Amino acid sequence: MSRILLGISFGLMMAALYLVFIYVPTEETMGVVQRIFYFHVPVAWVSFLAFFVVFIGSILFLWKRDEKWDMLARSSAEIGIVFTSLVLITGPIWAKPAWGVWWTWDARLTTTLIMWVIYVSYLMVRSFAVEESRGARFAAVVGIVGFVDIPITAIAITLWRTQHPRPVIFEGGLAPSMLLTLIICVAAFTLLYVYLLLQAISLKQAEADLGKISQALRG
Amino acid sequence: MENSGYFFAAFAIVWAVLFAYVVLLVRRQVRLKQEIEALKGMLKEKSLLDQRYNS
Repeated sequence: MSRILLGISFGLMMAALYLVFIYVPTEETMGVVQRIFYFHVPVAWVSFLAFFVVFIGSILFLWKRDEKWDMLARSSAEIGIVFTSLVLITGPIWAKPAWGVWWTWDARLTTTLIMWVIYVSYLMVRSFAVEESRGARFAAVVGIVGFVDIPITAIAITLWRTQHPRPVIFEGGLAPSMLLTLIICVAAFTLLYVYLLLQAISLKQAEADLGKISQALRG
Repeated sequence: MENSGYFFAAFAIVWAVLFAYVVLLVRRQVRLKQEIEALKGMLKEKSLLDQRYNS
């Protein structure tokens, strides 16, 4: 299953690279730097998706008290932080030539940075807790409360007047070739997320099983 | 190709970060394998001791 997923993800990623580097035309106003959009938007989408999974996993963990939901939430938070870091890196790289500054305290940028801090603290709460089960419960609360920031980040560009570009995708402002490239990139990064999530969960499961076995042997 | 340096930098960073995360997962896997080997060693030692005790 995971090998098939990896194969499809790899194929889509190759198609995405072809589309971004060769197929898609260069945007007139911004030039080649606009192509960052084809990585920036998919990684932003994946970070929203990852934190939504954290939210669901945290609710189910507090409700059912089953370790597997905690593993799902924890693994997704870890991957979400990786992808949000990429959003926070690729955004300023685009902003410098487009706006003339690397960073501005605009609503979208600020709420994204807050989102990153919330989920880093989600992992920190867990690692600082003396008891593992207590840490998991505290982290689940952070995972649920912290999700409040996700819809705010998503609609920040429509709620406030921001420097961040408007959602051109939903306003029909993209040429068909650009839309196709974006869709393939989103699909490739989403599949990569699912693959990484499955790997991270199975690793955490193995770590937990091994911990129990070694405790039983030593005890 | 004005500002292409920014584009290539963004592209390289995306792949470098994703690669670093995969390396982290692989390192965890290696550590797990080492732990499994250590446990196997412990079990072997334990069974040898049991054999000696019984004989």
